[in-house]
Amino acid sequence: MDYSLRKKLGLALYIVFLFIPIYWLVIMSFKGTEEILGGLTLWPQSFTFDNYHTIFTDSTWYMGYVNSMIYVSMNMAITLVVALPAAYAFSRYRFIGDSHLFFWLLSNRMAPPAVFLLPFFQLYSSVGLFDTHIAVALAHCLFTVPLAVWILEGFMSGVPREVDETAYIDGYSFPKFFLRIFLPMIRSGIGVTAFFCFMFSWVELLFARTLTSVDAKPIAAIMTRTVGAAGIDWGLLAAAGVLTIIPGILVIWFVRNHVAKGFALGRV
Amino acid sequence: MQRKVRDNKAWFLVLPVFILVAFSAIVPIMTVVNYSVQDIFDQNTAYFVGAEWYREMLRNPALLDSLGRQFFFSFSVLAIEVPLGILIALVMPTKGRMAAVSLILVAIPLLIPWNVVGTIWQIFSRADIGLFGYAVNAVGIDYNYTSDPTAAWLTVLLMDVWHWTPLIALLCYSGLRAIPEAFYQAARIDRASKWAIFRHIQLPRLKSVLVIGVLLRFMDSFMIYTEPFVLTGGGPGNSTTFLSQALTQMAIGQFDIGPAAAFSLIYYLIVLLVCYAFFTAINQLDKAK
Amino acid sequence: MAEIRLKSLAHSYKSKPTSPNDYAIREMNHVWHQGGAYALLGPSGCGKSTLLNIISGLLSPSNGEVLFDGKKVNDIPPEERNIAQVFQFPVVYDSMTVFDNLAFPLRNMKMSEDKVHSRVIEIAAVLELSDLLKNKAKNLTADEKQKVSMGRGLVRSDVSAILFDEPLTVIDPHLKWKLRRKLKQIHEQFNITMVYVTHDQLEASTFADKIAVMYGGQIVQFGTPRELFEKPNHAFVGYFIGSPGMNLIKAKKCKGGLMFNNTLVQLNPEMQVLLDPITTSNIKIGIRPEFVHVWDDKAEGAFECDVLHTEDLGTYKIITMKLDGEVLKVRIHEDRIVPTKKAYISFPEQWLKVYVDEYLVDIDEPEDEVKETI
Repeated sequence: MDYSLRKKLGLALYIVFLFIPIYWLVIMSFKGTEEILGGLTLWPQSFTFDNYHTIFTDSTWYMGYVNSMIYVSMNMAITLVVALPAAYAFSRYRFIGDSHLFFWLLSNRMAPPAVFLLPFFQLYSSVGLFDTHIAVALAHCLFTVPLAVWILEGFMSGVPREVDETAYIDGYSFPKFFLRIFLPMIRSGIGVTAFFCFMFSWVELLFARTLTSVDAKPIAAIMTRTVGAAGIDWGLLAAAGVLTIIPGILVIWFVRNHVAKGFALGRV
Repeated sequence: MQRKVRDNKAWFLVLPVFILVAFSAIVPIMTVVNYSVQDIFDQNTAYFVGAEWYREMLRNPALLDSLGRQFFFSFSVLAIEVPLGILIALVMPTKGRMAAVSLILVAIPLLIPWNVVGTIWQIFSRADIGLFGYAVNAVGIDYNYTSDPTAAWLTVLLMDVWHWTPLIALLCYSGLRAIPEAFYQAARIDRASKWAIFRHIQLPRLKSVLVIGVLLRFMDSFMIYTEPFVLTGGGPGNSTTFLSQALTQMAIGQFDIGPAAAFSLIYYLIVLLVCYAFFTAINQLDKAK
Repeated sequence: MAEIRLKSLAHSYKSKPTSPNDYAIREMNHVWHQGGAYALLGPSGCGKSTLLNIISGLLSPSNGEVLFDGKKVNDIPPEERNIAQVFQFPVVYDSMTVFDNLAFPLRNMKMSEDKVHSRVIEIAAVLELSDLLKNKAKNLTADEKQKVSMGRGLVRSDVSAILFDEPLTVIDPHLKWKLRRKLKQIHEQFNITMVYVTHDQLEASTFADKIAVMYGGQIVQFGTPRELFEKPNHAFVGYFIGSPGMNLIKAKKCKGGLMFNNTLVQLNPEMQVLLDPITTSNIKIGIRPEFVHVWDDKAEGAFECDVLHTEDLGTYKIITMKLDGEVLKVRIHEDRIVPTKKAYISFPEQWLKVYVDEYLVDIDEPEDEVKETI
């Protein structure tokens, strides 16, 4: 068989493998409980929006989505603000401990969450941040910042030093140069970084669940409510799951050009 | 690689990151260290026990079992996901509309909350309501991941492959895209075979992204918690109880916080050590050339 | 060893080209003879790299044929064309040693290991890479890497031609000269057809016996460096070759010659006859700065110019003058006295060129190009 055709076929098979489970989740969300438990159907026999109706009319449900989105946005903003200067430092300077610092940043990702969650809970409670969005956003920075620094450093190393030097000769101060000249040059890098922040903050459950109880409770934690006395409400669970996938698709759609460009530069 | 200027003032630029991460990292670690050397009864009563918990934990068969399971699982994950990810990256189109489309499609599993990934595979694999479980049984293989330990283990593995291969694929894809067209042109003119192109052009250029990919996959698979917890709850028996879950059971379920903390630190050190060894080995290898 | 012939060749990157502007290569016929050292010279974007990639087979032309020794090779992939190509940026296989890099094309041909060995040693000696054979290619300097890239082309005894795509772009200036000489030497030693793409006229004229000047997707002139200088066939060649380029002044036909503003430039009767049937308004007078005659004093038939400024460039001077509103550059020897304020110049008949629709109106028919017709 033709080589490029074989490639396309391979990719198509893989994408089918990725999407069958998602397809199953989606059609499950349009089925009623009886149909789900009654037998296997490849397509909803009695198409119903009941599951979605439940979610959109119950504030404890939909506030979960709002809460998740709030802390994810906060996390992206905080991560970018602190990671940009740090990445600049790593890309332009050598300084005491630079190589160890990066490994240390990365090493925080390696802490097993199970036991570390308790001190986290104590720490954020003691500074009065428990059950706030900012607490989750800050905790997630532990995961997103090292990655953000790494990605941004790659993009920044692609900008020649001469650009900095020329700007200083032209009389730009460092902050002005950084904001007006440098940041626009690494736009794609910022897009890609924001995407990766989203990717980690949106999907994480343990920290988000531990650091919240009511006011900032994420959707992922609320989903456990579907397990009731009468067993699991599969349809509702599936609908809630579908709704957690949609923001991800929207985000990647919006940053697709940046991501594609970032990937094209080989700096992800 | 660009020439870098030696200037310790750069620390000012790194300071925000340092403070932020230190706030979220150092205090909890110190707290865990503190737990690990004490026997805690309640908030006001605790006795210093020294290295007692560490000694006890290293002799605890249940934990050592889950540690073994963990290594085996992480190894399996890497052995499948790395080659598969490279393969996917090689077949993804590099130009045109399809490049962006396939990029988005492949990335989607990475954007699904981890517990939802568990849910998806739960719904998909159950023998009664799941398409996959039903189909496997229909072709005559007895498959029920809620009662058969092997089936459960394989389902968790399959789920992880489904969930995380895209990360390796995307990293490799970005590495491949960075190879200038001239390299492929030169290789054609040199009559290089497809394998030679892969071996001598593509693979060397993938090294740096693969290092990060393997590190991330090792760390994350070594700490896997949410997905198997939702899918199998660690069972049947202990077949899919990985380290994180064993520790959680001990810390929260039995409230043996001291021993759990001690083991957490051991666990943390193992991950750290493996990653550090890997990191250094790669750097040494680079220098040796 | 081969002669490369391009027959009614044209190429467009668009799938359905509508206007001539859609073509990167406009229809052309051309021959590169066996064993020649050629340069393909032109500004960036003129289609020279496209043409090179068509010859090597990396690109398939939309129209026309590529013939090697009379055999059509359009459908033969680059790996089977026996062509070597050296790219602008050095391509080396990072993970291999210099030796393995040089051996790579031979091993791909399944040549026996002793033959590979002797061949690599031989080529490494020619390229002065012998001491580096055991080093990893990754740690070489840019010029060493480029030598390795060239070496991979040279090791193959079956190559019929080597194509160079601006190979010295990333090389330091003092090494450029050395590498260029090396190439020339290799050319003499191995008698291989070489086509060298560049946008630098100096590089082209020091390397090549014959230069093809490309402009707007066409080869506008093919000739020795001297021919290009003395008799540019196209207004662009006049402008592009030489430093500074040819003076070109737009003019109108009139009785006795050509006219610009209020100045009449007389032409000989032969030329007047040739211009007679021409209807287009795109007529230019061309004269090289070197060939403008500067009189010491007012002379009969000389034009009076205002001297604008003079640049002293060591062995020669360039004077910028204004003649009846048109700016001219004139190049004179360093010993000559530079006229101040006013200068008197004339255009010697043999160096005065006339371009109609950008092409030279030539008195000495038949043209060189006619002989090359396929």
